[in-house]
Amino acid sequence: MGNKAKSNLAIKIILLAATFVIIQLLIFLDVINDYLQATMATICINIILAVSLNLITGFTGQFSLGHAGFMSIGAYTCALITLRNPTLPGFIIGVFAGAVMAALIGGIVGLPTLRLRGDYLAIATLGMSEIIRIVFLNLDSITNGAAGLQDIPQFTNWIWLFIFTTGTVLVISNFIKSSHGRACISVREDEIAAEAMGINSTRYKVIAFIIGSFFAGIAGALYASTFNFIDPKIFGFSKSIDVLVVVVLGGLGSISGSIIAAVLLGIITTYLQAFANIQMILYSVLLIIIMIFRPQGLMGSKEVSLSIFSKLGSIIKPKKGRA
Amino acid sequence: MEQLFQQAINGISLGSIYALIALGYTMVYGIIKLINFAHSDVYMLGAYIGYVCMTKLKLGFLPSLLISMALCTLIGVLIEKIAYKPLRNATRIAVLITAIGVSLFLEYTTMAIAGANVRTYPPLTGFMNMSFEIGSVSITMMQIIIVSVTIVLMVLLQFIVKKTRIGKAMRAVSLDSDAAELMGINVNTTISFTFALGSALAGAAGIMVGNYYNSINPLMGMLPGLKAFVAAVFGGIGIIPGAMIGGYFIGIVEVLVSGYGNSMYRDGVVFAILILVLIIKPTGLLGKNTREKV
Amino acid sequence: MALLSVNKLTKSFGGLTAVLNVNMEINQGELVGLIGPNGAGKTTVFNLITGMYEPTSGTITLDSNGIKKEIQGLKPYTICNIGLARTFQNIRLFKDLTVLDNVRIAMHKNVKYGLFSSFFHLPSHSREEALLTRKSLELLEILKLDHKKDELARNLPYGEQRHLEIARALATNPVLLLLDEPAAGMNPAETAQLTELISWIRKEFNLTILLIEHDMSLVMKICERIYVLDYGMVIAEGTPEEIKNNKRVIEAYLGEDMSNAGD
Repeated sequence: MGNKAKSNLAIKIILLAATFVIIQLLIFLDVINDYLQATMATICINIILAVSLNLITGFTGQFSLGHAGFMSIGAYTCALITLRNPTLPGFIIGVFAGAVMAALIGGIVGLPTLRLRGDYLAIATLGMSEIIRIVFLNLDSITNGAAGLQDIPQFTNWIWLFIFTTGTVLVISNFIKSSHGRACISVREDEIAAEAMGINSTRYKVIAFIIGSFFAGIAGALYASTFNFIDPKIFGFSKSIDVLVVVVLGGLGSISGSIIAAVLLGIITTYLQAFANIQMILYSVLLIIIMIFRPQGLMGSKEVSLSIFSKLGSIIKPKKGRA
Repeated sequence: MEQLFQQAINGISLGSIYALIALGYTMVYGIIKLINFAHSDVYMLGAYIGYVCMTKLKLGFLPSLLISMALCTLIGVLIEKIAYKPLRNATRIAVLITAIGVSLFLEYTTMAIAGANVRTYPPLTGFMNMSFEIGSVSITMMQIIIVSVTIVLMVLLQFIVKKTRIGKAMRAVSLDSDAAELMGINVNTTISFTFALGSALAGAAGIMVGNYYNSINPLMGMLPGLKAFVAAVFGGIGIIPGAMIGGYFIGIVEVLVSGYGNSMYRDGVVFAILILVLIIKPTGLLGKNTREKV
Repeated sequence: MALLSVNKLTKSFGGLTAVLNVNMEINQGELVGLIGPNGAGKTTVFNLITGMYEPTSGTITLDSNGIKKEIQGLKPYTICNIGLARTFQNIRLFKDLTVLDNVRIAMHKNVKYGLFSSFFHLPSHSREEALLTRKSLELLEILKLDHKKDELARNLPYGEQRHLEIARALATNPVLLLLDEPAAGMNPAETAQLTELISWIRKEFNLTILLIEHDMSLVMKICERIYVLDYGMVIAEGTPEEIKNNKRVIEAYLGEDMSNAGD
């Protein structure tokens, strides 16, 4: 058991390191141009958003339509900090300050609204995120209102994207595989039974919401620092919907599903760019078709596991007795 | 004081539009528990159909209104049959994503056909262009038309829901669709009929907004749709009179905030009220509190 | 002093009074039955004791290890953490989770590692998770479910789902266990097995048990004392023998031949 877990971990680390090095090399050799780098950034940011929303909606069962609101808090916080302090430490502080601010607001918003269930919660979170957007729109002196913030110093590169994306995935999947994570899942499964088994359901809903908001804040900060420009419009209702689409396409309650869906959608969108005027029509048709034929999403609630590799291995090598 | 009257009149006109859209949301939610995101785009299509009727076909307001309502009915039923019916047994979130897909499809198809830019309705002529001045309060003919059409449609709707067979079937399905089916009610037909009713009302709202504000665009449904949904939740989702009350309330609040406060915060106030209502009475103004049986 | 004392407990839903002035006492180590015709308010009493409902009036006092505490109106999870566990009449397992996870979730209150440790799987996490898993497996072994630890709860046969409900309740480490119709839907052989299991876990875990049951053979066989509820009121209380011969009880059950039920 212990050996197997260790070798799994080793395989994971090797795969991650290989991905990192290969992409870094391709960037260095200019195979991945600026345009593709922007696509990669979008994919990474969407992974962070989707995995964090999956914690709230997929694992804890709390239907949120307000993820863009928390993303915007991270984006504005980080942008304002790096605009005043355009240095690398300033950027790192900005990202974490953005995340902490988002988590803080997430907690404040979550406490009263998480008593609501199902669609009512969805509508309340939608309302909250609209209010956040309207506040940013009206805080002219700080946020420059509808015109948005320009010339935000760009610090995000592949290295940072890689660190924050893998960090997010690692922390959230670790959390889910802990007793606290199981408590969240039990709330999704049956709130009444969970309470009868000693789980304080409100507490775990708020915890999931705060963690989710924290990482949405990170995603927002990375967004601001990648694209140099933010305005309140970017973080509207449609953005929350975009994230939800990734989560549902990948499968509620599947982290690997969220990652796969974010990557696939990123690639599809890139290809659809060629058909600029009907891009969104194709996208929407695709969405409807996938939902009709695979309503549980690509992965359902299952995870991609490394057993695929060991299966491949056992095909290549003759079977040996288990050590 | 006169300003207040003026605001109230503007608020009631706007509220009528919200109420008409909210009815579609609330009926569909009541019957299949779906937030039908595509509903606001049916409203947008209603505005475009009205535009075509009144500019290209040079029809008058009333025939355009009827055509718009009829075509929207058709579109609503088609959406239900093509996109939602195959998902009858899927999770609600899957249907919700489908609804979002349909919404995007309608918006961007309209954009591809009619262009992304704003279209303007023809100026109103004849008696449609009249307005009445009472002191410094002015009421336009269009406002009177909006309010009266809305009232007529609401009375008609109440009649259909309360007095007809199909209305009874709607109420039965929304209470318990399995039991309704066992009683011999055709659930699929009833659901289609609900979409038809809601879409007709949205179509009427669309063409009236086109004439009231003059300009339309493919994304015009998004924000009013959202607020109409808020109105439905405010009144108690699934409850028809709730949607009416909610629509008028949201319309009036919005106009008052713009008139007396900061118009930039108009939408913020609407959402803040929504959240307050949800926290104090989660099932809305007219909703009944139910709790899960242990 | 009784472990659990229920004093003048009343619950009305709108105009309907489901439970009226119920008094009950359950002593340390007892196995008490709560019976009554359908709709008598038995499950409502359970829901009141376990905090699912808030009583309209009356008190519920738990005296655990000499610490007296009024528990009426507390949240279900607080009551569970004080030491009251329950099963549900209409099985409420976490159906899409594994058998093992169902039990591990119920052991959550024993977990001492914090959120931070869970984010990074620090040593405290790994240590405690190993302990938690071991304890859960021990419990599953007792209930003969250990070979199915990785199955989803929904895939278990009905009888085993009932067992898992009991395992999950035991995992919360209760002083008082409330079983809501544990034999519902079981055949006589399964019921007999369950009867043995209940007596056995009671000894093994040093438990006090309150039991709602329709199956008279089970109630009469293992309960030391029985409360009979009808129309929300206690109409009789006593040993199985006394209850069998109680006129009011026989009337309440309208023709059901109680005197033969226990044989």
